[in-house]
Amino acid sequence: MRGAAATLRGELIGLAGVVERNVYLVRRYIWWDIAFFVWTVANTLTIVYIAKGIEAAGGQIDVERTTTILLIGAVIWAYLGIIFEILTETVAWERWEGTIEYTFMAPLARPVHLAGMGIFSVAYGVVRAVLLFGIVAALFDLQLPEANFWSAVVVLAIASISFVGIGMMTAVLPLISPEKGVQLGFIAQGVLLVVSGVYYPVDVLPGWMQALAVISPATYALDGIRAAILDGAGVGAVWHDIWPLIIIGAVAVPLGLEVFRRGERHAKRHGKLKRSG
Amino acid sequence: MTAVEVSDLRKEFVRRDGPWRRRRVPALRGISFTIERGECVAVLGANGSGKSTLVRLLATLLLHDGGSAHVFGHDVFGDPRAVRRLVNRVSVEASFFKKMSSTENLSYSARFYGMTRGETSRRIPEILERVGFPVERRGEAMEALSRGMQQKVALARALLTAPVLLLLDEPTTGLDPRSKLEVQEFIREVRQIHDATILLCTHDLDEAEALADRIGILHRGELIALGTADELKRRYETETLEGAFFAATGRALVDDEEEED
Repeated sequence: MRGAAATLRGELIGLAGVVERNVYLVRRYIWWDIAFFVWTVANTLTIVYIAKGIEAAGGQIDVERTTTILLIGAVIWAYLGIIFEILTETVAWERWEGTIEYTFMAPLARPVHLAGMGIFSVAYGVVRAVLLFGIVAALFDLQLPEANFWSAVVVLAIASISFVGIGMMTAVLPLISPEKGVQLGFIAQGVLLVVSGVYYPVDVLPGWMQALAVISPATYALDGIRAAILDGAGVGAVWHDIWPLIIIGAVAVPLGLEVFRRGERHAKRHGKLKRSG
Repeated sequence: MTAVEVSDLRKEFVRRDGPWRRRRVPALRGISFTIERGECVAVLGANGSGKSTLVRLLATLLLHDGGSAHVFGHDVFGDPRAVRRLVNRVSVEASFFKKMSSTENLSYSARFYGMTRGETSRRIPEILERVGFPVERRGEAMEALSRGMQQKVALARALLTAPVLLLLDEPTTGLDPRSKLEVQEFIREVRQIHDATILLCTHDLDEAEALADRIGILHRGELIALGTADELKRRYETETLEGAFFAATGRALVDDEEEED
């Protein structure tokens, strides 16, 4: 019993070490992060202005509602981007710096190591998503009188478990292919959002894409968060989005761990942990 | 007590010859040896002889293709986590996050070994001082440090976790003579004070003779000799280790081969 407690304590300290490492990296690259955030705000504006553009062209739409729909899509895109970036690019980065061999040599359980990266990516992603949403909503003077932010946060939190699980699967790509791994991660992120109705209803997609939308956690995250912010839906009212997220999360995390485990074995069999670059 | 027991250890890598052809290249061809607790064994070999592959296998960074390896009785491939608690490594490349400081790099990596903030805030300054790292440069980014300084931090990282088996893979390659001597002196100190067992892979004959109890010669993936420096000289009827290496391998210890691993 005492041995198990000591092991658990050691793993928790190790998990904190993963978070600590990423905090140091953000601190050391803060100007790069600020520049990237400014780019994200600009990119989001180009999307959100589409609503005003439609109105200016004579389209009959509720501009505030459409603006909010687009903004939520852009924020979720940026949030997912951060999670995938931290999970996938940290592995690529570690290969580049050569530290991956030291990380993999440490007596830290791989699920704990990946959980640490997941926890940091969610925390950092939430901070950036809240800032992005707040800045753009203020620029457009969005009132959002019905918004139930608590319900939106609950949906995002549950969806994040699935996002991290999928991120673990993409994180293994730089181990298998140092040159193409990160780019393949971007493809996975893009596909996930295209089929999930990021800026449009899923109904407009072709049948095969709608089939993919059913198993994509982003579909339910976007639907639930939009219902919470636009219509003030409470947690009970978005339950039809929450339970699929719970099921997908329960599958995605163990699947992500298994995919990473197999990728790590492949890398160790073929000597791919060596420094690249 | 046996610290390292390697038996018929084999490792191959797949190399691509063009887009369709692949070939299997043996990196280790069934090597066997043991290292006793507290002993320092040097493995001499040219680039591509399999030294780094041997270190990576013992560090649980590679999977083997045959044979076995045990570290203090723990199966390296069957129970790698138990081995990881006992082992640390210093390689030819210091390998740090270059924008982070030495203290930051040491701090997070010590956490992976279960060390708390309280422990690292006390131990890191101590260990940096012992390796001769200037205290006032602890906050500087690693990229601002010389290679010799970076290698000292790499030694500090390895020792911070108090490993009982230290794997040194060409730790002084590329260092200036003064840094090289400092690192070698520190390796002696580690042996004496920490009772650490050391596997030192090098292509520096003087370093091997100065630091090791026994010396092995690894040639094209085969351990063709293992003994004290005097035993090797007697066996090959020569007065120098360089002569013994030449007699054993048919070539001088020069960097004329591609690294296979």
